[in-house]
Amino acid sequence: MNPQDEHKEGIGGMANPGRYGIERVAYWLMRLTGLGLLAYFVAHIYETSNILQGKAGWDEFLALTQTTEGHIFLTLVIGMCVFHTVNGIRVMLGHGGVGVGRPGRPDYPYTPASQNARHKIGIYTAIVLAAIAMMYGMAVMFGE
Amino acid sequence: MRESHIMKIHYGTALAAVGLVAVHILMRLTQGFAESLEYESVLANYRFLPYAGLLEIILILLSVHGFNGLRVILLELKQGHTYEKAVSYGCVAAMIGLIAYGSRTIFMTNMGMV
Repeated sequence: MNPQDEHKEGIGGMANPGRYGIERVAYWLMRLTGLGLLAYFVAHIYETSNILQGKAGWDEFLALTQTTEGHIFLTLVIGMCVFHTVNGIRVMLGHGGVGVGRPGRPDYPYTPASQNARHKIGIYTAIVLAAIAMMYGMAVMFGE
Repeated sequence: MRESHIMKIHYGTALAAVGLVAVHILMRLTQGFAESLEYESVLANYRFLPYAGLLEIILILLSVHGFNGLRVILLELKQGHTYEKAVSYGCVAAMIGLIAYGSRTIFMTNMGMV
């Protein structure tokens, strides 16, 4: 496919995580984890409101979450939270001009200065820290 | 409000939430995880005024950050005057609704109405 055809793909072409490297993967992970965390936050607010129903209501709802499936779900939430936080700090630093390189004359092959090793390391660090946090979370939840 | 101001609020709420959520999670680890989720323990947390205040601040910070993030994602997918207004007002309404619902739990539990 030549570069012109790529533009005809519309949102599918923009969304393709395999074409533009780890930066595009991070872009999607940031949005997916953000939506996942918002959904969890809303569910958590609803879950905690069960305390208004007294001990019976609280214990009944808590029993639903204190299961193997509940712990696996919470492990995913931990991973999403850590990735979103670390990658978010990377994005904030990038928006503030930190680690994006110096502006220079655009010469062939037009390598973008901002997509450099420092930011790639930041993305991989976010993924590794999320994995470590998930393992720690599992050790805490399943260790009891 | 200018988008640049909204993004400053977005980043500010994110940084503040990171610190406060860390405290919220560490409170679970001061006891055993399962023990900290027992009814009496959670009720004691809510009735401790500084902690209830912390929960209220986290609720506001995460609601603002979360629903503004959702607004940004939805505006990236599609543009148009009516659509953008609908998304923005919809997200503000959802944010206010969630803060009101969460605050109800915090206030009622803190004031001993359970």
